[in-house]
Amino acid sequence: MADNNAANPAPAAIEVRDLSIGYGSRVVLDNLNFRIEPGQIVTILGGSGCGKSTLLKHIIGLYKPLRGDILINGRSIVTADEQEKRSIMSEFGVAYQGGALFRSLNLAENIALPMEELTNWTRAEIRKRVSEKLALVHLNGFEKYMPSDLSGGMIKRAAFARALALDPKLLFFDEPSAGLDPLTSDMLDKVILEIREKTHATIMMVTHELPSIFRVSDRVIMLSAEKKGIVDDGSPAYLRDHSADEYVRTFLSRGGTYKSNSTEPDHA
Amino acid sequence: MKNPADSIIQCGDMAFQLKDEVVSLISFVGDVTAALWEGIRHPKRLRWKDFLFYMNTCGPDGVPITIMISALMGVVLAYQAEVQSHKYGADNFLPMVIGCTILRELGPLMVAIVATGRSGSAFAAEIGTMKISEELDALRTMGIRPTRFLVVPKMWAMLFMLPLLTVIGDFVGCAGGYMVMRSELGMPLDVFLRLTRQGVAVKYFIEGVLKSVVFAYIITMTGCWRGFRTGSDAIAVGRSTTSAVVTSILFIVLTDAFLAKLFTVFYGWQG
Ligand SMILES: Nc1ncnc2c1ncn2[C@@H]1O[C@H](COP(=O)(O)OP(=O)(O)O)[C@@H](O)[C@H]1O
Ligand SMILES: [Mg+2]
Repeated sequence: MADNNAANPAPAAIEVRDLSIGYGSRVVLDNLNFRIEPGQIVTILGGSGCGKSTLLKHIIGLYKPLRGDILINGRSIVTADEQEKRSIMSEFGVAYQGGALFRSLNLAENIALPMEELTNWTRAEIRKRVSEKLALVHLNGFEKYMPSDLSGGMIKRAAFARALALDPKLLFFDEPSAGLDPLTSDMLDKVILEIREKTHATIMMVTHELPSIFRVSDRVIMLSAEKKGIVDDGSPAYLRDHSADEYVRTFLSRGGTYKSNSTEPDHA
Repeated sequence: MKNPADSIIQCGDMAFQLKDEVVSLISFVGDVTAALWEGIRHPKRLRWKDFLFYMNTCGPDGVPITIMISALMGVVLAYQAEVQSHKYGADNFLPMVIGCTILRELGPLMVAIVATGRSGSAFAAEIGTMKISEELDALRTMGIRPTRFLVVPKMWAMLFMLPLLTVIGDFVGCAGGYMVMRSELGMPLDVFLRLTRQGVAVKYFIEGVLKSVVFAYIITMTGCWRGFRTGSDAIAVGRSTTSAVVTSILFIVLTDAFLAKLFTVFYGWQG
């Protein structure tokens, strides 16, 4: 991989090398290789259970891979010691699939938590930023609500806002708009594009929303459970028209000309 | 027929599993103890709101059941003791027997077992649920150590509250004993108090309270540890709650036996 570094002196935002991941002895995804450049918005696509969330969780350093390496801005999160790992992780903002809001804290406290714990900002400053982030996802007015009193869609938006709390350089969204109505989902897309505009953040997300994929993604990485790996990789429009994989083409062109029987993969 | 080699392999697997459990528990205890120490040095880093919340749920909320169990325990103990010693005309020893047994053993033990059922299981369930809902993952990505965030407030609350509950339990238990003395033997209160003071040293009371501090440590540690070790499905939470209670009671009884011997040896040195 040394020649790779020579050709690309600037480190990738995320680089995955010969990565195999899974649980215990079970391999979920095998031998992955890709790099994501700074500022890219990448969508991970794939059927339910193919390992999208698992991949995300390995990249953010929650689990140790079975084999291979993951580099974040050139620093390995796999071999990092506790302190370095924390320093790498401090640049992440993550919105988990189920929201993962803390049940014992209200909405404002949830979003304030990373600010209180990781910065020296004053209370007033934190309060101001919390209401900024809540306004971004149209949740202002709900500061005092507990997570148990919020709807599923509101929890998703709150988790999204919490991921943005520290204006991170690397954002991970696991199905941020699943279960949201189309208008709210459009709103999140707009927020994502704004973030990129303003902070040049690199964004990796899992989503099945076609309109959303075409609107915000620079690139789609398609995973498959049968292959335990990447089926195809490229811009959404290119893959829709030219992917060598039938399933990828069908999935991506489902948008306007939706036919229920054509969404099934032929090789399944 | 079963191959004997299989059984040997099975035993080996179990031994390795046990080793994993023990290693995980020891590293967890180390982690929490470090976090407790850090909290002492930087009290500002303690999550005071959570601390107060757990003070309330572990303490006042547990008072009614503690009173009920302790009073009944005192009554039952006094009654059984009275039936036996009355045969030998040893009624005057009864307040001492009741007082020593409750203050040294049964008070701290029963209160700890009640607290295991109430708080230890709740800790395991809470942390286990957080694990399944990815809240623990979220904490870690925020760079927040789950031990400091989740275990330390519970630990301090228990370390404060369990001794207080034990004092209440001791008092109520002895009161229960007195009720039996009065109804069965017609012993007046002043006699009961005098005999108790003569037979029961203050150090026994202190011994019981010290024990309850150790029990608080065990209950919180086991409950939280089981929570963190929860598997990834919803049934797993139930399993870790159950095992938190069972493991915790086992550790409490073992520790109690050890401490009883230790204190007795210590009193022996004192003469
Ligand atoms: N914590 C876990 N322990 C064991 N297996 C898991 C765990 N989480 C997910 N899996 C398994 O790994 C596979 C991939 O899951 P996941 O990454 O959640 O899929 P996706 O997000 O693509 O729907 C699934 O078969 C799932 O059962
Ligand atoms: Mg998923």
